[in-house]
Amino acid sequence: MQHSIFKAGGRWRWRAILVGLCLAAFAQSAGAVLTIEITKGLENALPIAIVPFSWSGPGALPQDVSGIIKADLVSSGRFDALPVKDFLSMPHADKDVVFKDWRLIKAEALVIGSVRALPPGRYQVQFRLYDVFTQKQLAGYRYVVSAGQLRTVAHQISDIIYQKLTGVPGAFDTRIAYITRSGGVRHPVFRLQVADSDGYDPRTILRSPQPLLTPRWSPDGTRLAYVSFEHGHAVVYIQNVDTGQRWKVADFRGINSAPAWSPHGRRLALSLSMSGHPEIYVMNLSDGALKQLTHDSAINTEPSWSPDGRYIAFTSDRSGSPQIFRMTADGEDVTRLTFQGNYNAAPSYSPNGRMITLITEQQGGFHAAILHLRDSDLQILTNTSLDESPTFAPNGQMVLYATIVHGRGVLATVSVDGNVRQLIKTNEGDVREPAWSPFEHQLQAN
Amino acid sequence: MKNKAIISLLALFAVSLAACGGHEAVKPSGAAAGQGAGQGAEASGAGQAGGAQGSALAGQQQQAPAVVLHTVHFAFDSSHIDSTNRAIVEANAAYMNANPQVTVTLQGNTDERGTREYNLALGERRAQSVKRMMRVLGVASDRMKTISFGAERPVALGHNRAAWRLNRRVDFVYSNNN
Repeated sequence: MQHSIFKAGGRWRWRAILVGLCLAAFAQSAGAVLTIEITKGLENALPIAIVPFSWSGPGALPQDVSGIIKADLVSSGRFDALPVKDFLSMPHADKDVVFKDWRLIKAEALVIGSVRALPPGRYQVQFRLYDVFTQKQLAGYRYVVSAGQLRTVAHQISDIIYQKLTGVPGAFDTRIAYITRSGGVRHPVFRLQVADSDGYDPRTILRSPQPLLTPRWSPDGTRLAYVSFEHGHAVVYIQNVDTGQRWKVADFRGINSAPAWSPHGRRLALSLSMSGHPEIYVMNLSDGALKQLTHDSAINTEPSWSPDGRYIAFTSDRSGSPQIFRMTADGEDVTRLTFQGNYNAAPSYSPNGRMITLITEQQGGFHAAILHLRDSDLQILTNTSLDESPTFAPNGQMVLYATIVHGRGVLATVSVDGNVRQLIKTNEGDVREPAWSPFEHQLQAN
Repeated sequence: MKNKAIISLLALFAVSLAACGGHEAVKPSGAAAGQGAGQGAEASGAGQAGGAQGSALAGQQQQAPAVVLHTVHFAFDSSHIDSTNRAIVEANAAYMNANPQVTVTLQGNTDERGTREYNLALGERRAQSVKRMMRVLGVASDRMKTISFGAERPVALGHNRAAWRLNRRVDFVYSNNN
């Protein structure tokens, strides 16, 4: 039992998965199933051997833990999972590992593990990661979890393997929020959905016949701020992802939009047009007090906080065309950051604060791009032409954005170096407005 | 005593009716437990959302008379009203000046290109641009409301120039207050 301590985050997640399973049939019919395909992987992807984990317990293992780990690592585009049929041995315990077997098939890393049923209803998951060349164990952990937590454990193991082999934390145990639109012009249905980062278990947390946009995760990953047109005009809400409880945050005259959480989650930057044109404001969430940061009769919208909370980047067309500006969180020292092209918008800071992802227009195409703040270099990431809503993964390795492929709204990710690409599609309608969650709480391991 | 009880029952009934009213077809829910509840919204647990809902935009709106075009179009990232479209605004202003009981909502829209939040702002600017011209043409401000749907309510769903041209627009949506 002492191995089964979960932090609060783990507990609600467990409930979430339980309800998700009960209602899986509906979730399927909601037109919400996401599939991920890699469209470009690394040419020198690291060859890794993942031995299917042993299973000892009654019946079938509820989740294919090693299969999920393999899918995670392959989907990152940075790993080449070697075919199991080529394996010369199938070790599950440390004592059974013969490194020569793995050198022969040119594996550079090896993952072994086991899953064992522990009554009542618990599972012990163990894994070990080895460097085949040095013959050293790089990681090894044991977890005791419920059936509902097996996917979470698998994603967290993937995160550990990713970190040990690339030096950067993995972001597999995270979620994405996004908007789907189905139905025609006359009777559209908009859904705000949350799914695991691998697209598993999509859940509708809000459904409306009116547009929904700009979902933004609170820094603690418990709430989403978003814009809803359910009253016929743009109003900002905050909704608890777990309970469904929600609050109307901003419903002033004009547009209420572009919510952006401060790094501590106590304040919300917004674009409000109650003065007659959109200005950036910051709302103190404890008492609703508003402070106006911009004072310019142009459009001022799409605020994004720097991770240290000192700056807010935003879009303004005060110089004639939409460009990215930055000011202090008090609205001082406004500086223009983009000078290339006639359309730069939707800035969003990287987790390390050194980059801003944005949408830039080049020769009629709208591309997700990265602005490097050190030298103002603007790096275009895509060759699609209707990109929007770019945000960084919580580990800063990928940019998630929405685009149109073959006439359909899809989500896509691209690594910051442009070398790895994925497409995330839904089986019905369009998917758009993605937002990657912050890191989840870690399960207790030993 | 009995009357009082009936009155309070009626009052309770009225209150519960009021509580039911005003709810629109919006359904929030938790990812975990289905205890969502909300202002003017339909709550449900994850994945319990019910049947399809109609558009909430209907209401007492009515179309402008057929002789008057009620859509003004714009160039990309622009709220400038060119001479062709100015004639449309003038016809609508003439209609409003001749029908003092009528009010209008000017609904600003954009094409899908660019970012959604910027487009929301651009749609508002287009609606305000039309409102300003209507005011110059003699229509009182308090008879005109502006609203922006940004890129969210396209009339054409294609991803091409023809669709974009149709979607960059301000619609005149009239209400008759008689």
